Amino acid sequence: MSASVLFDAPGPKARARYRLFTVIGIVVIAGFVAFALFKLGEKGNLAPEKWTPFLTSEIWVNYLIPGLINTLKAAAISVVLAAIFGVIFGMGRLSHNRAIRWVSSIIVEFFRSVPVLVMMIAAFWFYAFNQTFDFDLVPLAAVVTGLTLYNGSVVAELIRSGVGSLPKGQSEAGLSIGLTRGQTLRIIQIPQAITAMLPALVSQLVVVIKDTALGSIITYDELLNQYKSIGSYKGNIVPSIIVIAIIFIVINYTLSRLAGYVERRLRERGRVTIERGVAGPGAVGEIDITLIDEQRLEADERALRDR
Amino acid sequence: MGELFAEYNIFAAFGMTILLTITAAIGSLIIGTIVAILRLAPVAVFQRTGAFYVNTVRNTPLTLIIIAANIVMAVNLGFNFSEDLARNNIIWAIIALSIYHAAFVCEAIRSGVNTVPVGQAEAARSIGLTFGQSLREVVLPQGFRGAITPLGNTLIALTKNTTVATAIGVSEIAGLMSEMIEFRSDLLLPIFLVVAIGFIILTLPVGILTTYLSNRLVVKR
Repeated sequence: MSASVLFDAPGPKARARYRLFTVIGIVVIAGFVAFALFKLGEKGNLAPEKWTPFLTSEIWVNYLIPGLINTLKAAAISVVLAAIFGVIFGMGRLSHNRAIRWVSSIIVEFFRSVPVLVMMIAAFWFYAFNQTFDFDLVPLAAVVTGLTLYNGSVVAELIRSGVGSLPKGQSEAGLSIGLTRGQTLRIIQIPQAITAMLPALVSQLVVVIKDTALGSIITYDELLNQYKSIGSYKGNIVPSIIVIAIIFIVINYTLSRLAGYVERRLRERGRVTIERGVAGPGAVGEIDITLIDEQRLEADERALRDR
Repeated sequence: MGELFAEYNIFAAFGMTILLTITAAIGSLIIGTIVAILRLAPVAVFQRTGAFYVNTVRNTPLTLIIIAANIVMAVNLGFNFSEDLARNNIIWAIIALSIYHAAFVCEAIRSGVNTVPVGQAEAARSIGLTFGQSLREVVLPQGFRGAITPLGNTLIALTKNTTVATAIGVSEIAGLMSEMIEFRSDLLLPIFLVVAIGFIILTLPVGILTTYLSNRLVVKR
């Protein structure tokens, strides 16, 4: 249901009322913005010298870009490892061996229920005490561990629901040409499931990038953490936080739009897609089948009949 | 294992986690419903404001929002609720958690409203209900029922996300865990398991309850 059916096409009176509401709305928003600017200005946060450092290359080259690279590095490593983790345990949950299914289910459900930050802190101390990694690498390793375990579990769930959303004929066709169940899963079902998951995977990327900011709590020198260095160097902690927030929002908003674009493209091509709410960090998103393309199924059936 | 519970007040830390969860759940439900109404309203300015709120908040890391609540709002701008620093941080953590999760509550309600058939809203209008009346009497009551599952997922996410409040020194379980491990590194695994199982105990009933409720309260069509 689109929002428009909630109300009639406005008549003259309603249009006048909407205009009034529009004016009130704009006044309220303008008042809010003015109040915020006044408060920020009162403490000297709007002074030009607090903002000019962001126009110099020094701040970008020494702080913001290295921070951003660390954020993206942690996110990229985690995504690759989470994909591997997810495929292994997603297939495990689809296995016909009861023991494998149970173990995979327990692992996936466990890491989905534990907060990412708790896993990061535990991993941090574990690596630090056991000297698993070089001292400098411990925060990165801890961030990657937390993100991999959580997002890997989410990917495992996505694979399960992606395979579940495929038409039954796919696995039947695989089995009928003599493939084993494992081969059917690997060669026929998983590749299609991954296409179906693509939009959900891209939105999961937003969750991963947002969650790398948790790394600042365990001393990982990522983008958010830069507010401390810039703030103490230039005495402009509030402007630094605002600039860093804008960088995060631009990256994540672009990725969200990309996810929407991929989903539309897949739909136009008549593919099945699964959708997932992005409620991270630490979200257990709902997974549902948004579209099973009946036209395509009918076309397949027609093709079979014609043969 | 027993000495851990004797030495550290694990239950008090989980109590803080529960307190943050409940208060922020109420806060985010209120803000989220208001934003959802803005997004459904017939006035373009309201819709844009609601969409801007959701797009901005959803794409910002929660850690950043909580740290900004502390550094920008409390320390720099001096908005304080209490003389007591710890108490002040708790209140700002609750506000930050509410603001962040309100965006997801809004989207959950909107997806719930999407499950209401067009005929319901049309029927409401045809008997002469205004926008406010049809929303209040017809669309939102059904929409909330359809939104139970995503709202439950948001509540589970919120429970886990309260751990981020440790970034501004709120004494909840993630902070206590860090402290315990630092002093009892020999008990790292038991400490992690206690905390992890605590969260499973907190979140599992919510999942079961929302499945039960959404089956029970689903609008039969």
